[in-house]
Amino acid sequence: MNIKSIAEYVGKKTVPSIIEAGYVFLLFFESVYWIFSGKLKQQPVHARLFFSEAVTVGIRAIPIVSILCFSVGVMLAIQGIETLKIFGAESKVIFGISFSMTREFSPLIIGILIAGRSGSAITAKIGTMMETQEIDALRVIGINPVRYLVSPVLLAMFIMLPSLTLLGDIMGIAGGGLYSTITLDMSIENYITRTLEVLTLNDISQGLIKSMIFAILITIISASNGFQVKGGAEGVGVSTTRSVVYSISSIIMADMIFTYFINR
Amino acid sequence: MDNIIQITGLNAHYGDVQVLEDINLHIKRGEIMVIMGGSGSGKSTLLRHMLGLNHPSSGQIKILGEDISTISAMQLNKLRQKMGVAFQGGALFGSMTVEENIAFPLRELTRLDNETVKIMTRMKLEIVNLAGFGELMPSQLSGGMLKRAAVARAIIMDPQVLFFDEPSAGLDPVVSAELDDLIISLKKALNITIVVVTHELESAFKIADRITVLDHGEILISGSVDEVRQSDNERIQELLNRTPREQLINAEEYLHRLTR
Repeated sequence: MNIKSIAEYVGKKTVPSIIEAGYVFLLFFESVYWIFSGKLKQQPVHARLFFSEAVTVGIRAIPIVSILCFSVGVMLAIQGIETLKIFGAESKVIFGISFSMTREFSPLIIGILIAGRSGSAITAKIGTMMETQEIDALRVIGINPVRYLVSPVLLAMFIMLPSLTLLGDIMGIAGGGLYSTITLDMSIENYITRTLEVLTLNDISQGLIKSMIFAILITIISASNGFQVKGGAEGVGVSTTRSVVYSISSIIMADMIFTYFINR
Repeated sequence: MDNIIQITGLNAHYGDVQVLEDINLHIKRGEIMVIMGGSGSGKSTLLRHMLGLNHPSSGQIKILGEDISTISAMQLNKLRQKMGVAFQGGALFGSMTVEENIAFPLRELTRLDNETVKIMTRMKLEIVNLAGFGELMPSQLSGGMLKRAAVARAIIMDPQVLFFDEPSAGLDPVVSAELDDLIISLKKALNITIVVVTHELESAFKIADRITVLDHGEILISGSVDEVRQSDNERIQELLNRTPREQLINAEEYLHRLTR
C-alpha cells in the first residue's frame, strides 16, 4: 500500500464520521430550538407527547432502577468492608458507599440502563418510520419530524434521568446501609446520620449534572441513528445495535472527561 | 386554465448520478396527470421533488405559484396544507388507529373542536368507503383498505392538489380498479388536481387526462392519452407494448468489466 492509497483510505473513513458528528450536533440544536421556539413557529412541542414519553422513559423504569441501584449499593458495601478490613477501618465504608453511589454509580448505571431500554426503542421507532415513509408523511403534512419525534423525548429524558438518578442514590445508599448495618452491627439511625454528615450537595449535583449530559447523549445519538436507517428490517436492527453501543460508549467517555475536570 | 404545478429546467442528482435531466412540466388545475415510466426512470424522484422532500440541483418547481425550493420552512408548511399525499404503502402511523391517523393533520394544524374533527374524519372515511373501520389499527387493514385510508388522510385538509405514489402497486386487479374509480370520483366530487405516479399502463390510460412519460430521467412525451398512444417514439412504443429493452453489448467495455 503506498502513501497515496493510505491517505485515500483514511480520508474515506474520516469524512463520513465528520459528517455524522456534524449531523448529531445539528440534530441537538434543532431539537432544542423547537422546544424553545416551537410555539412562535406554530409548531409547539406538545405537553401530551412530553408526558407520554416521560412515563415510558422514566416512570416505567422505576422498578428496574430501584432493584439495580439497591444491588449496586449492597455490592459496594461488601467490597468496601472487605477492602477496609485490611486497614481496620470498616466503619469508613459509609464514605465509599455515599460518594461512589451519588457521584458515579447511580448516574452511570441508570445511563447505561436507559441507553439499552429507551435508546434502542427511539432508534427502532424512528428507523421503522423512515422505512414505512411515515417520516415523509409527517413532513408532507407540514409537521417537522424533529419537533414531533425528538424534542419531546429530549425534554423527557432531560428531566427523568436526573430524577431517576436521585432515586438511584437513595436506593443505593439504602442497599449499602442494609448490608453495613447488619455486618458492622451499626444502628440504622447511626448509618443515616453519618451518611448525611458525609454527603455534600456537591456530590449529589455532580451525579445529577452527569445524568443530564447522558440524557442528551442517549437521545441525540439514538435519534440520529434512527434517521439514518437504510435497508429495511435488517437496517433497523443494525442501527439499533449501533445506537446502543455508541450511546453507552459515549456515556462512559463523557463520564471520564467530566469526572477529570470536576475533580481537578 | 392556470397551472397548479410548473416545473422548469429541473435537474436532480443522487451523488454523482444524474437522475432527472432538464425536466419541464406543467400541470393544469383540475386535471389528472399521470407520470409514467419504468423502474429507475426517475418518476419517484420527480414526485419527491414536487413534494419538497428532495432539493433540486438546479431548476424551479412552482406549486400554486410558489417556488418550493426558495420559500421559508414556515411558508412551505403552509403550502403543504394545500397538498395531500397518498404514499405507496399508505404510510399510516402504526401507533394510531385509522380514525386518529385521518384526524391527525386536523388535530395538529387546526384548532377545531373534537366533535367537528370527528365528523370531518367520518365524512372522509365515507368518501373512501371505509365507514366503520375507523377503530382498527393500520396493521389490521388489507392492502387496498390501507391505501384508501391513506387517501382519506390526504384529503382531510381539503387540498387543492393530491399526489398518488404507485396507487396500484401490490394490489390485485379488482382492488386496483376500485382505487382507479376512487381517484376519478375524487376529481369529480372535490374538483381537485391529481398527480399520479405509476408504472401500470392500464390504470394510467383509464384515469389520465394527460400523461407524461419519463425514461432515464428525461421526459419523452407529455400529452393527452391519444397523443401518447399514437406517438412514434420507439421507447414509448416499447413501454406501451412491454417489449424488453435491447441490451447492446460493447465488447471492449464488457471485457473491461470482467477483468478490472
